[in-house]
Amino acid sequence: MITEEQVLAWLELSATVMAENKEFLTDLDAAIGDADHGINMNRGFSKVKDKLPELAGKDIGTILKTTGMTLMSSVGGASGPLYGTVFMKAGQALAGKTELGSDDLCTLFQSGRDGIVQRGKAVAGDKTMFDVWAPVVEVADANRGLEPLAFLEMCVATAEEARDATAPMQARKGRASYLGERSIGHIDPGAASSTLLLAALRDTIKGG
Amino acid sequence: MKKIINDVDRVIVETLEGMAAAHPELKVNIDPHYIVRAHKGNKVAVISGGGSGHEPLHGGFVGTGMLDGACPGEMFTSPTPDQMYECAKVAESGKGVLFLVKNYTGDVMNFETAVELVAGENIAVQAILVDDDVAVKDSLYTAGRRGVGLTVLMEKIVGAAAEAGCDLDTCASLARKVNLNGRSLGMALTSCTVPAAGKPTFQLADDEMEIGIGIHGEPGIKRMPFKRADEITEILTTTILDDKGYSRTLREWDRGAGDWVEKTLVDKDFNEGDEMIVLVNSMGGTPLSELYVVYRKLAEICKGRKIKIVRSLVGPYITSLEMQGFSITLLKADAEILQYWDAPVRTPGLQLG
Ligand SMILES: Nc1ncnc2c1ncn2[C@@H]1O[C@H](COP(=O)(O)OP(=O)(O)OP(=O)(O)O)[C@@H](O)[C@H]1O
Ligand SMILES: [Mg+2]
Repeated sequence: MITEEQVLAWLELSATVMAENKEFLTDLDAAIGDADHGINMNRGFSKVKDKLPELAGKDIGTILKTTGMTLMSSVGGASGPLYGTVFMKAGQALAGKTELGSDDLCTLFQSGRDGIVQRGKAVAGDKTMFDVWAPVVEVADANRGLEPLAFLEMCVATAEEARDATAPMQARKGRASYLGERSIGHIDPGAASSTLLLAALRDTIKGG
Repeated sequence: MKKIINDVDRVIVETLEGMAAAHPELKVNIDPHYIVRAHKGNKVAVISGGGSGHEPLHGGFVGTGMLDGACPGEMFTSPTPDQMYECAKVAESGKGVLFLVKNYTGDVMNFETAVELVAGENIAVQAILVDDDVAVKDSLYTAGRRGVGLTVLMEKIVGAAAEAGCDLDTCASLARKVNLNGRSLGMALTSCTVPAAGKPTFQLADDEMEIGIGIHGEPGIKRMPFKRADEITEILTTTILDDKGYSRTLREWDRGAGDWVEKTLVDKDFNEGDEMIVLVNSMGGTPLSELYVVYRKLAEICKGRKIKIVRSLVGPYITSLEMQGFSITLLKADAEILQYWDAPVRTPGLQLG
């Protein structure tokens, strides 16, 4: 089972990962957007990191909801409301939980994906972060029986594949859509940041 | 990169502090960032916002006859819902809140979240989008036309209607009408540099220009060899005048249902005999003298097409930092639109009447 301390450790690691990948995400966004995705994510997760001390001892639902509200009010751009909604919805769905099994992780991913759709109305193939979340939810659902680490390994592998599969897509949502065919050949920045978050969760659990 | 700044991370805060010092008629809040009038009116609160870097838009348009509040985001990045929510709570006076939102995915999603938060407080609220950039052809395979020059005219006209005591629904319908009757197109000679990025957003060679550039350096309609003012003006003006039938499906807030409803709206064509309000706008780095060179040709083309320019505005009103370039906005004006255009306005960025 994943403990409340591990969820906090995940968010802390996410802040580190976003800081380390600020240039990488911004460069992806420079190719098909406005070169701010890494800056936005780093700003948001460094705010989340500041909040973590006061979240110690809280239930996982509250931790995720507070994370969502913090991202919502600090990221800006398109990804702010999207990630804000992901974590707020997940927090609502997991209200009161103090540990998470693979079933709960399914719930987390599902409510996250649904939040993205509700806010951004993306469909498969639009070249957005939805293109990572949707297949992850499917694979997660089919592997609920696995232990969290094995389960997360499957999810991360799926996310990485799905992230790379956004490259040949032509963007139909967000800023990248203005490029038309010129958006083809580049990985979607939001798909990349979503994969980083998932990998950070796996790495947290792997680290014990 | 040479810029008149102290610290890249404090540009927006220091801009706001400077505005507060220069304009005691404004109240500037730093955490979260928003600007409201020092003395709020008993009226519909008209609020806008967006990424910074387009000054005087939006903060410079807060004041009598125009906006009640503005929410500046980071440079070229949309502001966040908590800013909009706090701004609305401070600016509203029981007559409701109207958000005027430029159509960019980030702005739309953040403002939609803010609408839900404000509605959750039992405050009547609506959000109307402005999407006037004819550089974007279709709305089916893109995020739709972007909000550009028409935003300035919409804020002026709707702000005047709210000042005159119109209710929320009347102000919202007027904003929708302005949006469906206005079109813009811009061009750039140079890129611009976001302070935190430290390098130009895109590259344009010395002998090149880009048509259809939006207000952040978005990819345009085409990049072409740099031409004389008359030829550039002709390209922009005729593209705007000949644009027909743009259709899009937008979301508006249904107060009764407490949910979003989709609306399909189609732009009105421009025709011979139309009366227009015209904005010739600098992207920040193009001098007024050059804007008048453009205006001269624009007036000639309109005359030839039997289109009557009844009001004009020339200058830097919606900019892209220090970008060299300009945009043209044409708004078909009826009696209602003209009445509110002619109403007095007193803001740091615009004074008329
Ligand atoms: N409608 C949408 N649905 C789901 N995801 C979206 C949608 N639009 C954009 N995105 C995601 O958001 C990412 C871009 O986020 P970013 O932080 O760069 O905001 P932005 O679009 O630049 O906003 P702004 O224009 O305000 O700066 C994209 O890579 C994509 O994954
Ligand atoms: Mg971006």
